[in-house]
Amino acid sequence: MVASRAIGSLSRFGALRTLRCRGYICRSFTGSSALLTRTHFNYGIKGDVAVVRFNSPNSKVNTLNREVQSEFIEVMNEIWANDQIRSAVLISSKPGCFIAGADINMLAACKTPQEATRISQEGQTVFEKLEKSTKPVVAAINGSCLGGGLELAISCQYRIATKDRKTVLGAPEVLLGLLPGAGGTQRLPKMVGIPAAFDMMLTGRNIRADRAKKMGLVDQLVEPLGPGIKPPEERTIEYLEEVAVTFAKGLADKKITPKRDKGLVEKLTSYAMSIPFVRQQVYKKVEEKVRKQTKGLYPAPLKIIDAVKTGLEQGSDAGYLAESQKFGELAVTKESKALVGLYHGQVLCKKNKFGAPQKEVKQLAILGAGLMGAGIAQVSVDKGVKTLLKDATVAGLGRGQQQVFKGLNDKVKKKALTSFERDSIFSNLIGQLDYQGFEKADMVIEAVFEDLNIKHKVLKEVEAVIPDHCIFASNTSALPIKEIAAVSKRPEKVIGMHYFSPVDKMQLLEIITTEKTSQDTTASAIALGLKQGKVIIVVKDGPGFYTTRCLAPMMSEIIRILQEGVDPKKLDSLTTGFGFPVGAATLADEVGVDVAQHVAEDLGKAFGERFGGGNVELLKQMVAKGFLGRKSGKGFYIYQEGSKNKNLNSDMDSIFASLKLPAKPEVSSDEDIQYRVVTRFVNEAVMCLQEGILATPTEGDIGAVFGLGFPPCLGGPFRFVDLYGAQKIVDRLRKYEAVYGNQFTPCQLLLDHANSPSKKFY
Amino acid sequence: MTSIWTYTFKNLPSTSKWALGFCVRPLSCSSQLRAGPAVQTKSKKTLAKPNLRNIVVVDGVRIPFLLSGTSYKDLMPHDLARAALLGLLHRTSIPKEVVDYITFGTVIQEVKTSNVAREAALGAGFSDKTPAHTVTMACISSNQAMTTAVGLIASGQYDVVVAGGVELMSDVPIRHSRKMRKMMLDFNKAKTLGQRLSLLSKFRLNFLSPELPAVAEFSTSETMGHSADRLAAAFAVSRREQDEYALRSHSLAKKAQDEGLLSDVVPFKVPGKDTVSKDNGIRPSSLEQMAKLKPAFIKPYGTVTAANSSFLTDGASAMLIMSEDKALAMGYKPKAYLRDFVYVSQDPKDQLLLGPTYATPKVLEKAGLTMNDIDVFEFHEAFSGQILANFKAMDSDWFAQNYMGRKTKVGSLPLEKFNTWGGSLSLGHPFGATGCRLVMAAANRLRKEGGQYALVAACAAGGQGHGMIVETYPK
Repeated sequence: MVASRAIGSLSRFGALRTLRCRGYICRSFTGSSALLTRTHFNYGIKGDVAVVRFNSPNSKVNTLNREVQSEFIEVMNEIWANDQIRSAVLISSKPGCFIAGADINMLAACKTPQEATRISQEGQTVFEKLEKSTKPVVAAINGSCLGGGLELAISCQYRIATKDRKTVLGAPEVLLGLLPGAGGTQRLPKMVGIPAAFDMMLTGRNIRADRAKKMGLVDQLVEPLGPGIKPPEERTIEYLEEVAVTFAKGLADKKITPKRDKGLVEKLTSYAMSIPFVRQQVYKKVEEKVRKQTKGLYPAPLKIIDAVKTGLEQGSDAGYLAESQKFGELAVTKESKALVGLYHGQVLCKKNKFGAPQKEVKQLAILGAGLMGAGIAQVSVDKGVKTLLKDATVAGLGRGQQQVFKGLNDKVKKKALTSFERDSIFSNLIGQLDYQGFEKADMVIEAVFEDLNIKHKVLKEVEAVIPDHCIFASNTSALPIKEIAAVSKRPEKVIGMHYFSPVDKMQLLEIITTEKTSQDTTASAIALGLKQGKVIIVVKDGPGFYTTRCLAPMMSEIIRILQEGVDPKKLDSLTTGFGFPVGAATLADEVGVDVAQHVAEDLGKAFGERFGGGNVELLKQMVAKGFLGRKSGKGFYIYQEGSKNKNLNSDMDSIFASLKLPAKPEVSSDEDIQYRVVTRFVNEAVMCLQEGILATPTEGDIGAVFGLGFPPCLGGPFRFVDLYGAQKIVDRLRKYEAVYGNQFTPCQLLLDHANSPSKKFY
Repeated sequence: MTSIWTYTFKNLPSTSKWALGFCVRPLSCSSQLRAGPAVQTKSKKTLAKPNLRNIVVVDGVRIPFLLSGTSYKDLMPHDLARAALLGLLHRTSIPKEVVDYITFGTVIQEVKTSNVAREAALGAGFSDKTPAHTVTMACISSNQAMTTAVGLIASGQYDVVVAGGVELMSDVPIRHSRKMRKMMLDFNKAKTLGQRLSLLSKFRLNFLSPELPAVAEFSTSETMGHSADRLAAAFAVSRREQDEYALRSHSLAKKAQDEGLLSDVVPFKVPGKDTVSKDNGIRPSSLEQMAKLKPAFIKPYGTVTAANSSFLTDGASAMLIMSEDKALAMGYKPKAYLRDFVYVSQDPKDQLLLGPTYATPKVLEKAGLTMNDIDVFEFHEAFSGQILANFKAMDSDWFAQNYMGRKTKVGSLPLEKFNTWGGSLSLGHPFGATGCRLVMAAANRLRKEGGQYALVAACAAGGQGHGMIVETYPK
């Protein structure tokens, strides 16, 4: 099975999922003596506390933009001017969302750094006023409080958050190639300490409420309520407001101080940070780490460090200025555009374009308890889907069940689940060796060995026992679904669902439809995938579909490069240096050399000379010697349990020697090697769009980044063509074509784009 | 025989309910007249069922319920249970050999006496031929003991069963940590010095940290007080309301104690200490005093405090349950019938303490009664907030429709009939023993106030609950 591992930063894109909040209700006002309604805010007065409620119309989330900011200041000015008001509470009326961040479209519309800097400065001004408020303002946080929302919250005098799983605080700007531009880089270090602030801003990670309380990011927690006189969500917000009002009163009466007691460790840390030398060391260390991880491909993290440093070392005026200027610079970078594009793409790929299926999949059956089968089982039981896991042997089944249990238990260790929840989730899984219970299955996903005959055999067996409405999905990485469906009695119920390994970490699901696959079957597969938390692309059937098809020519080129004498370590550093999260040789080891051979041969047959380049013989010899990659302990590298350092497999030398090709000096510079790999990938991706395998460039970018680890800073092959310029890519391809032939011939669609520069994929 | 009568009359057109009532109770004497008008409004004259034995409570007793760490603190649970059994023997003068079976409820088990029913019975001088078992179902353990007895008698296995409950919170089993236990067990098995030394080398200081009995709900890791505070907030029950209710409980308990109404209490001569004859947790305070307390669970803004929660209590209770025939044959004048009962369970996280809300309509429907038929309500008071939340839940159409699958609300409970002799908040709540206290309070109140039906309900850890109808025995 074709698979790849993504580095942590890539999977962190998941953090952005919370930007989209669910549910939306309007609440009526109670117990307020005054009610003043505007577009985004309304406020009432409870005693001497003003309760400001943020509820943007026609949106599931609250975001910050110019209009919101000016309205907010209007409201605050009234509050500051009103003698009867002594304190205020700021709360959102939207369940599951406090403020999701700044309006991304507003930032995307910026043409120049100056425009973006101005936006940043406006934000800074508003929040500075808030910070200096003479009347205490309490931020009552329920749901996501991210980016600009967090910056607003930390400008208030006090923060109360619900201890709900949906309540997360974070500064995810870095994931969009930006920095917290409304005072975040200045206030956060003062609030949670320099190390914690760096961690938040450089990883963009979401922080749950209880953790936030420990860090000092929020001052009080409110427990979410169950059903009572009203629906739980509604009453919880009301309760949060009630509690916040008492705290606001207490603050105004000086009965409560916003200062909190720091623990010993925290006191020591903050003492250490007061020594300039220690601070310098911290900056240095963090910078080193960032440089190592980003390889200089992502500008935002370094600018964040810079902005923090300026504020701490040169005073806050300089700090705010640096923050806004660097924000402006970042907002117009290609990297930011690429990352913002990925964010939008991800949102799109989390929707079911095919609508709601007629029948929800409640009972799932999975054939094959291998790495993939068990992985699919884990992400399904996790979401409450009853799952039958069938394997041919007790040992195989046991291994699969243990994999699911371990996956869940790891979550318990990370405190994402309780042991009780783990047990209850695990009870959704039934392991078996026969077809018992398949008569009630709504969908069967097969994850058996990649061999057409075996797939045909199980398809026939399964069709004999499943009910009429049941869908048969094949988790294959390269076998055309049409061929699998050839023996089916009802091809309209057959579909491809290509998961990526490890299933619980990789976000992508590639769904493959044949001409006969019905709309409802597709809708149902997407619905299940979304439930499993996947980002989904839907592609047409064909050899290698989309992802495997793009990977194959790239792999072929990698083999040629190795044959030309570049050693795997060097190749890895070249590819990671270009932004791939995993080096090319390592990727082959991870995927499995036998799988790579399989795919190379199959697709080689289907596409002929164009997929040539490297000699498949190299893979064959590796397989013959048992060098299957990580799973067999040896591949290009040697893998040892428990050891992180991997050494080159010296036994490969003889294989390389026997298949050595002369390197062509004119296309063998480091840069050329990088572009040989990337341009073949990009060219094939564009060809998939040209041939209609792909429906949209967005899906192509999402599939490449989330499934294959295409450099996120480039935004995916299509975004890359747009940003880098189609002509330049065609020039590169032509250069390599001259040396190697038609493997590098640019496809027609790419040529079209090169010929008319106004043509863009986005 | 009674049951046959009832059956016949139930199917008659009830032209004269009054006459009907009279006929249905052939065993009762002329004092029937006293309950006249109240009885007339009942949906049913009695809850006797055809072909089922009537099961009666002959009498029941409890030793005084004491705050943990007071007079009972040096005793063991079976000592308390034994005292309750002896009290019952004394009160009912039942010959020990007549008792067919004994069942007790308890929650935190003393490991030495895990079948505390048996140890207490032997110590109380019951025949060693009388089997005994112990049941556990959190705060409704003795309810379970009683209904177990009902089942044993109704199925015709036995005629005379003693049911009771006991809890000693002054002492709880605190264990070595799992790691330490494992090491100690392995040490026992180690044969050679070498094996022992290698085991000892694995010892770490943290092995010595003890393991306390869980105060938190296992499934949710939330303590009950915490859940009660959230429940109160979900139903918008204020701190003031909770304090007022707690004050009411204490005041009514004090009044009942002073007036000598708590007749189920039997004195207990504690070895080495004075005779205890009264519950010692009844402390009517003032709202001002109560308002000063800080929240006990959700700090600093929660509403559940020490004053409006039930306190840790030591105590035991026991009652004599018989088939009606047997009781009459032995010349007893029973106190009450035990009628329909239900157990319910719901979400242990957000509805942990709403058992009574679910149990009440269910048991009423089962018995064919309405809220108006009930003269006496005896509910277990875990927390003021819990009781008030249950009130509000039962009085909410929204809750009934969305969570109980009902078209309309259960209805509001008449406070004048509710726990008028105090409750667990004031009398105390020895987990395993409270159920029997509730039933005896219900039976005694029915007799005192001249009512016919009582509803007993309680919540319990695990999100469970219990409801039972007690019918007074005709005088």
